[in-house]
Parts: sequence; C-alpha cells; structure tokens
Amino acid sequence: MTTVVALAQVAPRLGDVEANLPRHLEMIAEAARGEASLVVFPELSLTGYFLKDLVPDVALRRNSAELQTLAAACTDVDALVGCVLETDDSRFYNAAIYLSGGRVHHVHRKVYLPTYGLFDEARYFAHGDSFRAFAAPLRKGEPLRPWRAGALICEDMWHPSAVTQLARQGVDMFLCPSASPVRGVGRGTALGTARSYDAMTRTYAALFTAYLIHVNRVGYEDGVAFWGGSHIVGPDGLPLCEPAPREETLLFGRLELAALRRSRIANPLLRDERHDVNDAETDRIRHARN
Amino acid sequence: MSTTPKPTAFDTLAIDTEVVTEILVGFLHDEVHKVGFDRVVLGLSGGVDSALTAALACRALGADHVIPVIMPYRTSSPRSEADARHVCEALGMTPTVSDISPQIDAYFAAHPDADRGRRGNKMARERMTILYDFSWSHRALVAGTSNKTELLLGYGTIHGDMVSALNPLGDLYKTQIFMLARALDLPVHIIDKPPSADLWEGQSDEAELGFGYAAVDNLLYHMVDERRTPEELAELGFNCEFIDEVCQKVRVSQYKRRPPLIAKLGVRTIDRDFRYPRDWGN
Repeated sequence: MTTVVALAQVAPRLGDVEANLPRHLEMIAEAARGEASLVVFPELSLTGYFLKDLVPDVALRRNSAELQTLAAACTDVDALVGCVLETDDSRFYNAAIYLSGGRVHHVHRKVYLPTYGLFDEARYFAHGDSFRAFAAPLRKGEPLRPWRAGALICEDMWHPSAVTQLARQGVDMFLCPSASPVRGVGRGTALGTARSYDAMTRTYAALFTAYLIHVNRVGYEDGVAFWGGSHIVGPDGLPLCEPAPREETLLFGRLELAALRRSRIANPLLRDERHDVNDAETDRIRHARN
Repeated sequence: MSTTPKPTAFDTLAIDTEVVTEILVGFLHDEVHKVGFDRVVLGLSGGVDSALTAALACRALGADHVIPVIMPYRTSSPRSEADARHVCEALGMTPTVSDISPQIDAYFAAHPDADRGRRGNKMARERMTILYDFSWSHRALVAGTSNKTELLLGYGTIHGDMVSALNPLGDLYKTQIFMLARALDLPVHIIDKPPSADLWEGQSDEAELGFGYAAVDNLLYHMVDERRTPEELAELGFNCEFIDEVCQKVRVSQYKRRPPLIAKLGVRTIDRDFRYPRDWGN
C-alpha cells in the first residue's frame, strides 16, 4: 500500500498573497487529481522570501480568510503551506501551516532564523520555540497506521538537534520546505547550496530511517535565484527521484509505511538510540557550565 | 613585483559555465519581464564584457529584443566599432550608432584644459544618458556590463558605465568573464584582445591599473569571497604591497557602490529603516 505525496515547487510572487493564493489552489487541485494525500509547498510560499519591511503587510492570522480558503480546499488532500503568521500580540513568524480536513491541523514556527550573509530573518521575524511531531491524517489510501510528520523550515534543517528532537517524538516523514538561494557556482561542484542540501537530506533520512521531503522554491527575487531541486529521500538514504529541474513543477512520489518498517528492521538505529545517555550528558554539561 | 601566488586564478575562479549561463539567462528573462518590459538596451564597446551581456540577453530575450548602441568618440579606436559590429553580426542584432563627439567637443570647448580623466568620465556619462534616452524611447531596460573586478576596484565612472537597471555580470570576475565568453563562443579576437575602456587612444586596463586581471582576480577572490586576512593572503604567496594596494582601492571606492548618503532626520529613512525589496514595485 503506498501513499502519494506531491511536491509543489513554485515561484511565488514577492509580497503578493492575492496572486499566490490561486496558484496554491491550482496546485492542491492538481495534486488531488494525481491521487496525492499530501502536497508540500516551499517556505513562505504564499508571500515570497525577501520581504523585508513587507513582513507585517503580508502577514496572515490563523483565522484569516486566506488560510480558511486554503483549508477549505484541503478536504481530500492535506497541504503544508508557507506564510507569515501574525499572533494576537503582533509577533510575526515564518511559519509552515499544515491544513487537513478543512482546518489548520498543525503549525510550525521556524526556530532558526538565519541572519548572516544575504539573510536577515531575525530582523523581521520572531523565533519559534518548539519542534513538535504530529499525526498527519492523509485520508487517501489505507495505511497500516496514521503517518507521523515533523516540519523543519530551511535553516531548521541545518541544526541536527532540531531533527533529533522531532525524531525522538516518532517521525515517519520530515517535511522540509525551503527558500534556498543559489550561492557558489564553482566548476565541477554543481551549485554549492544544492550539494549541501543533497548531503544533508540523505544523511538525515538514513540516520533517522524516515522519509525526507524537501521542497525548495524556484524563481528570482531582486536578482537572487532559487535553485529548486525538490526531492524525496527514502528511509535508506537513497533519493526516490531525480531532483526537480529549476522551474515550476508538481512532482509526485510514493511512500510506503512498509518500507519504513523494512528499513527499521534492517537498520534499528531508532530502537538503539540511547536517549537516557543523551539526557544525562546534556544535564551534566549544563550543570558543568553553570 | 611578484604577484603570482601558488593557487592559480584559473583553478580558483573556475566556474560551471553551463550552470552560470542558465542562471544569468533566467535572471535577465525573469527580471526584465517581471517589471513589464521585454527588451534591453546596452552600450556595445567592442570589448568582451558588453559582448557577453549582449550574448546572454539574446539568449534570454531573443536578438530582436536586444538593442545594442555603439557610441564612439572621434578618438576611439576604429577597431572597437568594427568589433562591436562583428558581435552584432554574430548574435543577429541590429546596431544603432550614436557618435558622441559633437556634444563632448561642444562641452569641452568651454573647458579646454580638462585632463583626460575628466574627459573620460564625461564620455562615460554621456553614453549613460544616451542609453537611458533609448530606454525611454524603446521601452527597454538598460543592461549593465560592469564586472566584479572593476566594481570592487572602483575602475569605472560613477553614474556613468557603472549605472544600469540590471547587471548580469556584476558577480563575475574578469577572469570568469573570459571563461564564460569562451563557453558561449564569442568571437575569439574579442576575448583575446587587451581589455580597454577606450576612452583615449592606446588606453589599457592592465597598464592603467598596474597589474594583470589574472593576478588581481585571484587576490580579490581570496580577500573578498573567502575573507582571508592580509596575513593569510601573504601566506598564500601574494606580495604584501600588492595586497595593500588592492585593499586600498576596494576601500576608497566603496562610495561608488552605494547610493548617495541621506541625512537621517525621520524615523524611517530610505534604505536605512525603510527597507523594501526592489521587486516590491512590480
């Protein structure tokens, strides 16, 4: 029994939720036609990335008409979308919203906000403060049990502790939306950033014997190109497909709980993980520091 | 003065020309169309930089959407115009020639003592105004041709050749421009001739700068991209005087790479705490 997942590699229009929303609805409908149970969009897919002072202008509240419209489209198919989420106390988060059954099912607020090089996120966004795994309903198909998911937004992935926190709560699939720009074009190395993500996603999938779904955006913002390359890595660390080309596309992949089971029998890393040792050592280090 | 370090410029600065071409063609196509245009205009000097911008623009927009303007002065080398025409022919573009001699000579008739630096700057700015005039009349964006080496060294005229609406070459060192030009099959004699701003007869970039592009590109890469300290650069084999000279050129030309200073008074001052992406306007 397989579960179909769709990767919506889009090129959002910067600061234009009105234009990006219908594009999301089209992609969700196309994913549903392709029998997908879940469609994953890139980071900040409803707004674009280099927003700067536009952040408050494009922010959505959890009960906004835009998110309600998207949620209403998510009855047969679930979706993970990216937006600026505003809270009652006027904080703005770089968020990934999991929509299912016509409502907001789970929210991840990006914890690690890159503020170096060409990135300036901490100037504009509040830091999220948790990594929570959740049961993803995935209505189509007949899985042996519900899938468990965990979201990591772009820079979150560059911190192995974040991935470990999620894995510890039981995760079958890491959902990893990103807005990763082109940097480094040296000969024989392909794109520097693409190379790093390839190594990282394969390693995490293999070490945590879980699927990893990486959806990066494409297009240009103020001269900066985003390289796409969206892909799925299986629990054995091998990609399920070639990385998507650098253009707007909807990719489909098939996931099986049975494959997870086989990988975890062959490679029982999760079973053998010594959380007690890790916790004790963390406590010791913390006390020593104090 | 030895300026040749152990790692060669060719090794250090090697680029994947296929990937770079794809990104720059996409850049021109996307950023031009995004703002409601479908054409670019550029000054074609007969040199490799403007030829490369033209070649990329032709791939992005089609040769009939690229407007090359050849703007000789009466002392410009005739070979420059011939080379510019050759580029047009090779790429299938139709050139426009606009001789800047009448207006330059009319202006300097009142300033006969002007030195050649002043005259050169004036010519660069005259060409800029022509390109922006064509931008208006042809509904075309001005495509820039300044490379990373000259932008970092400040080897260009502020509000002259350094001005454009969008510049596909600004993150490529001159050595990388040569690599890309070869990969795109630009005419060999245009790639191989000594680089020159051609503001006066016999002008040569490398003679004027006092060092070769291969050496300075190699140094700039390790200094700017890798952020190595002067001590680390010296350990790589770069001559200390050369390091100091290039550091100084980069530092003193910083003003050329920034918008004009605005005296801050309010709570949101443009580009300081009023920060929007340029794409906001589209």
